[in-house]
Amino acid sequence: MTDAASTTARMQDPSRRARLAEFWYYFSENRGAVIGLWVFIVLVVLALAAPLIAPHAPNAQYRDAILVPPFWETGGRAAYPLGTDAVGRDILSRLLFGARYSLFIGVVVTLLALTTGIVIGTIAGYFRGWVDTAITRLMDIILAFPSLLLALVLVAVLGPGLTNAMIAIALVQQPHYVRLTRAAVMTEKNRDYVTAARVAGAGNLRLMFRTILPNCTAPLIVQAALSFSTAILDAAALGFLGMGAQPPTPEWGTMLAEAREFILRAWWVVTFPGLAILITVLAINLMGDGLRDALDPKLKRS
Amino acid sequence: MAVSLGINLQPPEIEPAMLRFILGRLAVLIPTFIGVSIIAFAFIRILPGDPVMLMSGERVMAPERYEQISRQLGYDRPLPVQYFDYLTDVLSGDFGNSIVTRRPVLDDFLTLFPATLELSLCAMFLAILIGIPAGVFAAIKRGSAFDQTIMGTALVGYSMPIFWWGLLLIILFSGTLGWTPVSGRISLLYFFPPVTGFMLIDSLLSGQAGAFKSALSHLILPSIVLGTIPLAVIARQTRSAMLEVLSEDYVRTARAKGLSPFRVIGIHALRNALIPVITTIGLQVGVMLAGAILTETIFSWPGIGKWMVDSVFKRDYPVIQSGLLIIAGVIMLVNLAVDLLYGLINPRIRH
Repeated sequence: MTDAASTTARMQDPSRRARLAEFWYYFSENRGAVIGLWVFIVLVVLALAAPLIAPHAPNAQYRDAILVPPFWETGGRAAYPLGTDAVGRDILSRLLFGARYSLFIGVVVTLLALTTGIVIGTIAGYFRGWVDTAITRLMDIILAFPSLLLALVLVAVLGPGLTNAMIAIALVQQPHYVRLTRAAVMTEKNRDYVTAARVAGAGNLRLMFRTILPNCTAPLIVQAALSFSTAILDAAALGFLGMGAQPPTPEWGTMLAEAREFILRAWWVVTFPGLAILITVLAINLMGDGLRDALDPKLKRS
Repeated sequence: MAVSLGINLQPPEIEPAMLRFILGRLAVLIPTFIGVSIIAFAFIRILPGDPVMLMSGERVMAPERYEQISRQLGYDRPLPVQYFDYLTDVLSGDFGNSIVTRRPVLDDFLTLFPATLELSLCAMFLAILIGIPAGVFAAIKRGSAFDQTIMGTALVGYSMPIFWWGLLLIILFSGTLGWTPVSGRISLLYFFPPVTGFMLIDSLLSGQAGAFKSALSHLILPSIVLGTIPLAVIARQTRSAMLEVLSEDYVRTARAKGLSPFRVIGIHALRNALIPVITTIGLQVGVMLAGAILTETIFSWPGIGKWMVDSVFKRDYPVIQSGLLIIAGVIMLVNLAVDLLYGLINPRIRH
């Protein structure tokens, strides 16, 4: 036990630190990725601090302040920096609370799709045979539908709402993880170190998840960044179509749906929620590009 | 054509390797289609709400009448029997009838599909027309301010929530500037029978003054919105494919031979760089159909995306079921065509 632990520690410590340093070196080479990382950190801080910094409660309605423009426009008030919506709610406060929803959606969907996808993909790539065929076919079937349409119908089946929207989005994203994991596991499986571990008496579970899987992480991390941003976009799209988070939740897509009828009268109710989605997704995609450059050895040389 | 593109199109006789490739793809396609049909079928059976009750509307229905309609629609039989009947009907071209319009689902689909196709083709045209040159120039000027601007813009486009992008364009072009209409395919002033289903062509055929301009002004904003993400993807993909090709030995050789940069890039490099780009373009078809759901909803565009969303909200079960199946079928066929095209233009995959 102690022997094994010390062995792992000895194996991991210097190399892991070196690898992290190397990773950071390549990641920070990409200026966009660093900017994306900073923006993302700011967004996380704002989301966490929302109850402390938001000037108003997200659902508080001020009857005397309906469709007030942002403070720099004529008629704007300092109390509502980004204006108010059609029922007099402060848009800035709703955006700050909305950041919590979007980031939460991204984390939950990614974790859900990642874990189920990895387990299923590892099983398919490790065991091959009919299990693999069945899994691959099922994933082909899911991928045959346009993802947003499938998510839309799934939410209609499960009932509109944020939880069901997250489940539906995770389900349509999970085939990508299955495919990536399966391909990676298949190439790793016949390497010498796996054979060595097997000869040393490691069981299937240990071989799959302790020996092989840690060597397949690079493409999965990149995919996770990608699906984090897609999850936020898709959840907002479902909210916009009326199938995601339900009013009065301050989710950004739902806010856009509520604002639609006022677009020609009050530009701010439409502009800011969408801008928030765009900034968040852009920051994550910038980081994703940086991750890919830093983790993909083929691109490192150039 | 073959010479000018520089793509080695094989003579009509199909090599055994290619034939095996096609058969292999078909062998995967058929079980996938059956799986898709099972999923589409199963969705409707677990969807909350009862289609028979829905048909009666607000009226109260006698239990005998309920039984009768239920039997008429076949909802009283075991599920496997219902599924088998459905599959048989589908294979003979009967996709069921809409509860709302009472018309065959396939007829509704065929009426609405040209609208989506016209929109998608225009969007793809824009995406290719701008995306490929942008990617090529970004690759040639790698690292320059131009490259960074193009790639930065592409990433913004790629991250764009297109439903918001559509609303912004409406605010600017329809609201503030008053240049384009807000919704629909053509102004109500014009009416002519559909010939091709493509409004641009039909409006020209009708010979009515101003009809074409009206159709075009309705089409332009939705096309931009739908084309944004494919444009960004194509530009990024073209750039990286181009960069890879530009570092190949044969490009260096072509340069060393003293060929003009235009010949080297336009003919030697681009034709090889386009191979992965064509695959990307094909894969964007599914993305487009998903995007059409949002774009058509924003612009009230009478296509299949809006049709599916409306059907989900109206709980029009037969439409949801067969619509899913038809759309998935179309995407599968497009992907198959892309695969075959890829095999045709890239001889390496056949061997």
